[in-house]
Amino acid sequence: MMNNITATNDFVIRFANVNGSGSASANNLFSKAVFRLGVPVAAKNIFPSNIQGLPTWFEVRISEQGYLGRRGGYDFVVAVNGQTMVRDYQELLPGGYFFYDSSKRLPDTFTREDITLIGIPLTDICNAHYTEPRLRQIFKNIIYVGALAYLFEMDFTVFEDSIKSQFAKKAKLIEPNIKALRLGFDYAEEHHKACCGLNIHRRDLNGDQIMMEGNAAAGLGAVFAGATVAGWYPITPSTSVVEAFEKYCKAYRVDEQSGQNKFAILQAEDELAAIGIVIGASWNGARAFTATSGPGVSLMSEFLGLAYFSEIPVMLMDIQRTGPSTGMPTRTQQSDLLAAAYASHGDTKNVLLFPADPTECFAHTVIGFDLAERLQTPVILMSDLDLGMNVHQCDPINWDDDYTYDRGKVLTEEQLEHLGERWGRYLDVDGDGIPYRTIPGTHPEKGAFFTRGSSHDEYAAYTEDGTVYARGMERLLVKWDTAKTLVPKADVSGQSASVGVIYYGTSAWSADEALETLRTTHDIDAMRIKAFPFGVEVREFIEAHDTLFVIEQNRDAQMKTLLVNELSVDPNQFVEVLNIDGMPITASYLVESINRQLADVQSTVPREA
Amino acid sequence: MTFIRPNFRHPELSTNAIGQSIKSYEGALSTLCAGCGHDSISAAIIKSCFDLNLQPHKIAKISGIGCSSKTPTYFLGKAHGFNSVHGRMPSVTTGANMANRDLLYIGVSGDGDTASIGMGQFAHVVRRNLNMVYIVMNNGCYGLTKGQDSATADKGSASKKGVPSVFDSIDLCQLALQLGAGMVARSFSGDKHQLIPLIKAAIRHPGFAFIDVVSPCVTFNNTPASTKGYEWVRDHLEATGTIDFIPAKSEITIDYPPGTSRQVELHDGSELVLQKNAEDYDLSSRKAAMNRIEAVREQQHILTGLIYHNESAADTHGLINTVRQPLNELSQQTLCPGSGVLDSLNESLR
Ligand SMILES: Cc1ncc(C[n+]2csc(CCOP(=O)(O)OP(=O)(O)O)c2C)c(N)n1
Ligand code: SF4
Ligand SMILES: [Mg+2]
Repeated sequence: MMNNITATNDFVIRFANVNGSGSASANNLFSKAVFRLGVPVAAKNIFPSNIQGLPTWFEVRISEQGYLGRRGGYDFVVAVNGQTMVRDYQELLPGGYFFYDSSKRLPDTFTREDITLIGIPLTDICNAHYTEPRLRQIFKNIIYVGALAYLFEMDFTVFEDSIKSQFAKKAKLIEPNIKALRLGFDYAEEHHKACCGLNIHRRDLNGDQIMMEGNAAAGLGAVFAGATVAGWYPITPSTSVVEAFEKYCKAYRVDEQSGQNKFAILQAEDELAAIGIVIGASWNGARAFTATSGPGVSLMSEFLGLAYFSEIPVMLMDIQRTGPSTGMPTRTQQSDLLAAAYASHGDTKNVLLFPADPTECFAHTVIGFDLAERLQTPVILMSDLDLGMNVHQCDPINWDDDYTYDRGKVLTEEQLEHLGERWGRYLDVDGDGIPYRTIPGTHPEKGAFFTRGSSHDEYAAYTEDGTVYARGMERLLVKWDTAKTLVPKADVSGQSASVGVIYYGTSAWSADEALETLRTTHDIDAMRIKAFPFGVEVREFIEAHDTLFVIEQNRDAQMKTLLVNELSVDPNQFVEVLNIDGMPITASYLVESINRQLADVQSTVPREA
Repeated sequence: MTFIRPNFRHPELSTNAIGQSIKSYEGALSTLCAGCGHDSISAAIIKSCFDLNLQPHKIAKISGIGCSSKTPTYFLGKAHGFNSVHGRMPSVTTGANMANRDLLYIGVSGDGDTASIGMGQFAHVVRRNLNMVYIVMNNGCYGLTKGQDSATADKGSASKKGVPSVFDSIDLCQLALQLGAGMVARSFSGDKHQLIPLIKAAIRHPGFAFIDVVSPCVTFNNTPASTKGYEWVRDHLEATGTIDFIPAKSEITIDYPPGTSRQVELHDGSELVLQKNAEDYDLSSRKAAMNRIEAVREQQHILTGLIYHNESAADTHGLINTVRQPLNELSQQTLCPGSGVLDSLNESLR
């Protein structure tokens, strides 16, 4: 006897589409409707590195509890891609629902008896109502959204309102879209009454939250942070950062009278040039940034070393994807930590920030510019494809008008004029390892110096004196210690257990959810790391726990490596919980893996008194 | 070290119209080999900036890596300098220029720096028509790494090692022409009478100005078998015409016999006066310039002087329509949209 899954506001639906078929906007229409019904929703686009014709999936988790990570498993599949039909059919959970285009009969091999079939003749309906092939394609997607509205008992007016606002500027598209929704809704009502046990009912759980992509938030952050120069080279999944920057610049940064831009965006010839542009602009006193992904970081690394050693602010956003090499360009990963932290030859270290949602992408971008200028060094925002390219539900963007940028230690013409002692570009007068810099053109007689990546003394003069060189390198470590006090602090929860969980970035959604489950049976503390170098709180947390699970989305436990390397803590304390398949880590995997390993840990390493 | 600079200077001759002595335009003492062509180019830059009455601190000098790229330390000590990474001077200069369009950017590079590792960046900075002076100190070899052939070494030319180059050479002037540079010139480090007016013109040129300066490496590539050595170059120069730079609104006049000279007016009103030679051609024609370089090359000569000049194109800022005020001067108030826009922005994301 088959057990249908029944749930209200708590299930996962997978849309299986062909990319380039216009399905993305239909799927977004659906997830936005869930959001507008006041029910938390998490949508992830799983797409190929291809423009048209290959499979793409859209995964929507509806969660009244507010869980926004991947849960794992599918309760409902919208199977409108013939190429992946078999796989979509097989991967559906027992008791689930298989929604398909019944214009064509299902193959005889589709013999599962533990699922419910919901056939809607999408193609036939389309052909009956539309003659133009392009419209048939587009409205086919809208029709299935309409059918879902019926099946999940969703308030139809939400869809109507969405369509109306989406096409506010193209009013003649409103009517046909609503008609398509109706076609699907009516057909489902007529043929599939009361067959689906999954519902989405109106709640009021989303407060003032918004839905935004991490990359859009980072681009917006750069506008608010006062970035004026961007050099970039296209690469998935980072491209939309600069696109967003441009979009918001066009909205907020065009001089009304002259129509001229208060920003300069240059698509460079490669990533070397992109970061060269950033370094040149920052050296010259503008806030500048670039966005890239792993392959770009590899190319930029010589320049990052120059910026580190000659102490030039750099704001770099690394939207990580699956490496090594070209890897899986459209899949997510957190695998650039080591490459970014120690980018470039010689002894180098770079400041990293680990945002966990779009609101934090915005905030960390703003903080990043301050840190880069305060510390006169590269700061790398470590986002990833999951965060950057998916539309996430998150807190609204906030801005405090009383906050002023921290432009760091830059000497003005006035200060140079009244300079008492001899100024040294690399002289640590404040004891924090951060020297004072000057911007070209500031003062006719004072403050000019020669920036170089070769060894220099405190007065920026070339030196091959090993002692002087070493003194400079040691001072950079003093600055590094200062950085530890300035970067965002880790979030720590609980302080009494012997077991701790450490995570960062986009593992946070699933880790938070898994922790809720794990804490029902175990005493577990948790720490979400937000930056590198690590503040004292990170060391304290590690020292206060016997066993530390480190959750990461890479093969080699790169955060663990950073912790062990930087803090000289015992590597045996750490238990790695890793996911490397390029899909966002799931809560169910975390619960299963940590539970299993907890059993091992607790049977072999009793807590010392 | 090339020379010990005399401390004594004639008190009267030593200031220009803005009251600066030539000393204001000098830099640290050179550490290049005695007789290195690069030092002569530094001297020409110093003299040009002095003559043009430029404020030294309103100049930014940016270079890559190489003996040539070291030279910015040896001129314009009151200007900020940036010795970046090998072959990447163009991108650093691009960024700097985007941040502040009001400084004068002098980019210095070598033939290895530009024609090999930095070829991509060179091509693209030309294409963007960045407002800068781009000087290649071209010695046909990698001086700093001890004399390996560079991509501008002519086929058959041999450096100190004595092995003739088997590969065809790259002509950077032709390349710059093809990529759309507005001003293209070639000179010789040993010919300051030609080089100085060309540098002045390049400084005055709005947009990308390129000067390929043949500059012998006395240590590794000054052999009789080298086409970049003093001897060979002196014997094989062929100028497009002698050249004089006449500043804007100046009283200076130069008398040339009628029909033998021609004026090129620069955007700020200054003029270049070119003494025509027998093979006169239209300087504003890319095709003519290209042909002339080829024709002279076929005769185993090196075409020098102003090769091409056309001021019409907009520079990078013009092309991307940035505001007149330098971007690095815009305040937080101007740049930050502030909380006022967030209500509607957040609402559009719900
Ligand atoms: C990435 C990188 N590769 C190689 C080098 C070594 N290197 C230093 S200078 C130079 C060649 C310089 O030749 P050129 O630009 O012609 O300058 P020159 O010394 O001849 O004036 C090379 C290969 C380097 N500094 N960086
Ligand atoms: S090695 Fe050659 S290029 Fe370098 S300084 Fe000496 S002469 Fe000049
Ligand atoms: Mg050279």
